[in-house]
Amino acid sequence: MPTRTLIRTSRQGFDHAVPSEITPQAMYLQRRDWLRQAALGLGGTALAGWAGREALAQQAPVQRPNKLAALTGKTSSVPGANTAEAVTAYEHASTYNNFYEFGTDKSDPARLAGKLKTRPWTVQVEGLVNKPGTFDIDALLKLSPMEERIYRMRCVEGWSMVIPWVGYSLAELIKRVEPQGSAKYVEFETLADRATMPGLRDSVLLWPYLEGLRMDEAMHPLTLLTFGMYGEVLPNQNGAPVRVMVPWKYGFKSGKSIVKIRFTEKQPNTSWNVAAPREYGFYSNVNPEVSHPRWSQATERRIGEDGLLARRRRTLMFNGYEEQVGQLYAGMDLRKFY
Amino acid sequence: MRAAAARWVNRTLGGPQGRGAWWVQPAAVLLCVWPGAWLLVAAFTDQLGVNPAEALIRGLGLWALKFLCLTLLVTPLRQVLGWVAVARLRRTLGLATFGYAVLHLLAYAWLDMGLYLDLIVNDVIDRPFITVGMLSVLLMLPLAATSFNRAIRTLGPQRWQKLHRAVYAVAPLAILHFYWMRDGKNDYADVWLYGSVLAALLGWRVWAWRQRRP
Repeated sequence: MPTRTLIRTSRQGFDHAVPSEITPQAMYLQRRDWLRQAALGLGGTALAGWAGREALAQQAPVQRPNKLAALTGKTSSVPGANTAEAVTAYEHASTYNNFYEFGTDKSDPARLAGKLKTRPWTVQVEGLVNKPGTFDIDALLKLSPMEERIYRMRCVEGWSMVIPWVGYSLAELIKRVEPQGSAKYVEFETLADRATMPGLRDSVLLWPYLEGLRMDEAMHPLTLLTFGMYGEVLPNQNGAPVRVMVPWKYGFKSGKSIVKIRFTEKQPNTSWNVAAPREYGFYSNVNPEVSHPRWSQATERRIGEDGLLARRRRTLMFNGYEEQVGQLYAGMDLRKFY
Repeated sequence: MRAAAARWVNRTLGGPQGRGAWWVQPAAVLLCVWPGAWLLVAAFTDQLGVNPAEALIRGLGLWALKFLCLTLLVTPLRQVLGWVAVARLRRTLGLATFGYAVLHLLAYAWLDMGLYLDLIVNDVIDRPFITVGMLSVLLMLPLAATSFNRAIRTLGPQRWQKLHRAVYAVAPLAILHFYWMRDGKNDYADVWLYGSVLAALLGWRVWAWRQRRP
């Protein structure tokens, strides 16, 4: 076995598995049987609890909460798009939200987002594209087949969830509007409607909320244009009727209730970066080695996991999507471009 | 009216000579313990919402701050309204402040840091917000340790009083801690509320002190 460093940093690039480390396919295919057997006690009692949890997590289909209209999709075939981790309860994912347009308390969005009108809704696509235009939400829903993707979601505040989203790769939309060669960035503008969003009265952030991605990040298949979660349309507090989900970045990078997508040559201003440039960089990739100035990012609390005394989990580089997205940042100093 | 209120308060709580109603001290202790007991029970029975650990840590911290305000309110009540007997509650309130601060610290050390001492030490060094919080608990430690009658006699009242003025430093440190905690949200309403209450209570002391000087 070749020597491998214990702690990998972005500068060392990628460790690829050597052939001897690769699990034979036949064994891989039997892994669930093995887990099931282990859960039945053949693997020892200590292991059984763990294995049972894993086996359960892999088998349980996503439960529809039966609150909103159904919106289903086929299981995504995009690599990395379906974590086997236990899915966070819908009640948690839909009541513990940061959506400052409705207030800064985590319970504010679920309480106050009821007034948000998600129909009629259009998304304007403009900037450096050959085919700019205004897309009606119903047209967007039909633009490409829906997929279900189970992503980890890591908030910059140090907590995380596992959420089954429904949508399709943002790249599908981007390809259709034909970006020009000069388009280097994509800016997302989200709704700022004073009549229905009480949080806008406080100048907590730059309204409307702006976020942005580099073109290659926006085109990455994992970047999801999201319309639903848990087999239903998005609840308002989670960014109805359409949002993006960028699973390897801190949650605030994934704008909610999007009304405009703009293609630009220059790196766009983003609301959090303008509010606190030292704390929130443009990239904001999940990175356990780069601390937030006021707290460490090395660990996270998985919401709903084992109650009050659950140990915090280790945060993974790029939120566990390093294999899929690491190459986007090859050669970049991730401490400088945080 | 004002005199009648003061008479009633002093008669019920008992003045420096009087012993007051028998239920005053037990009731005060119960009221001080109540919110913490409720928080702990709620936390362990999963009634604190989606992120119970955070709710518990923050809840305990906020109660420490509330009791700090109450503790510092005792002297102005005595001197401005003539409610001299509230002095009897000062020790209970001060110990409650310390108790909630210690529980707040323990909850953080346990739930956020997994009781790993090295992680806690690093955190105290790395994050000014935590440094300041830790400093305020440490400052309160000698005050809590000398809160019984014999300590007053041993130290002598004047030295004891000097030592206990350290609480005036705890107040701004606690507010700074609270401010830094809220910094990311840009939402300082609560910080302003508690900050102005504490500023008023400390400001009144400065004002009263200058009045007393010839």
